Amino acid sequence: MFDTLGDLLVYRLLGIDPASHLGAALHFFVMDTTKIFFMLVIIIYVMGLFRALLSPERVRAYVRGKPEWAARSTAVGLGAVTPFCSCSSVPLFIGFVEAGIPLGVTFSFLIASPMINEVAVVILIGILGWEVTLMYVAAGLTVAYVGGLVMERFRPERWVEPYVWQIHMGELKMPEPDTSLAGRHRYAMGEVREILRRLWKWVLLGIGVGALFHGYVPEEWVVEHLGGTDNWLAVPGAVLLGIPLYSNATGVIPVAEAMLGKGVAIGTTLAFMMSIAALSLPEMIILRKVIRWPGLALYAGVLAVAFILVGYGFNLLA
Amino acid sequence: MKEVKILGSGCANCKATYKVVEEAAKAKGAEIALEKVEDLGRIMGYGVMSTPGVVIDGQVVHAGGVPDRKTVEGWFS
Repeated sequence: MFDTLGDLLVYRLLGIDPASHLGAALHFFVMDTTKIFFMLVIIIYVMGLFRALLSPERVRAYVRGKPEWAARSTAVGLGAVTPFCSCSSVPLFIGFVEAGIPLGVTFSFLIASPMINEVAVVILIGILGWEVTLMYVAAGLTVAYVGGLVMERFRPERWVEPYVWQIHMGELKMPEPDTSLAGRHRYAMGEVREILRRLWKWVLLGIGVGALFHGYVPEEWVVEHLGGTDNWLAVPGAVLLGIPLYSNATGVIPVAEAMLGKGVAIGTTLAFMMSIAALSLPEMIILRKVIRWPGLALYAGVLAVAFILVGYGFNLLA
Repeated sequence: MKEVKILGSGCANCKATYKVVEEAAKAKGAEIALEKVEDLGRIMGYGVMSTPGVVIDGQVVHAGGVPDRKTVEGWFS
């Protein structure tokens, strides 16, 4: 359906040659824009209707007071189903610390949260299929679980800003939500507006980059340099390139689509996706409010190593 | 006179929430004392982690995201 729309608009209406670079890029752009935004609206609306979107307050309540392994599994699992804005990272961090949740568990949550969320997962399935989705999610969950464990070994408490330990959180008493159908609809519409307002720029940017890659990067070059396991620099290169770059988990999907389409190796693509979604300069600057630079450098280092291992692992398996 | 506090550390959504509340109160003819709370310690003192949040007379009525106009008007009628 979206493919046909792309054909109609780009080739028929605008009369651009399908064999040209511009034609390929524009077709990719039109198809992915309509498809991804269509899916986004539907997924968010349905989840809003069931009130399936968790708030950080509820996540904190679920994780606190559990034994460590259970807390970590819960944190990773909930991190993976909550499309949080990175602007909530700081209150979230403080809230977890205040609840007595171990720092390693908090890190596990912080790693999982930007990398995986249910909205991105549904779109991943729609664009890249089950297999890639499964690999991405399994690798992401593992990195979050192990990454938090490794962070804990380094006693990250010493890098937490002192004021964090002084904050006392009150009990949140919210009024009961309106569970009538009209109330649910209103809430769901609000979520669609809210999440789209946050995502649309990143998604468009991702589709734009994907479209350029799809239209203009020659396939032979990609296959030769980024295709197999011969080029050992491809994976660390992808991870390093992804660190300063930022997009959210949904925005990286069209980029990955274009990369895989041109023959970039699967591990290299997965490592690049994770590095862009989970590690970024803006996120670091936000987290700097609660963690000092040595702690952040360690965090970035642990994640970079983990993503490189993920990349090599999948490239060797493939 | 209702005491309304907008919790949020100066993000764009917090400003939008401030405006919605201000306009809705005016439209409903409700008298309110509106205050911005930007200090993280105070925000979290209300138990709120996802900003913006809205507090009316000491009670949190909303957290996470800009509330829609209709909901806000409901608070003042």
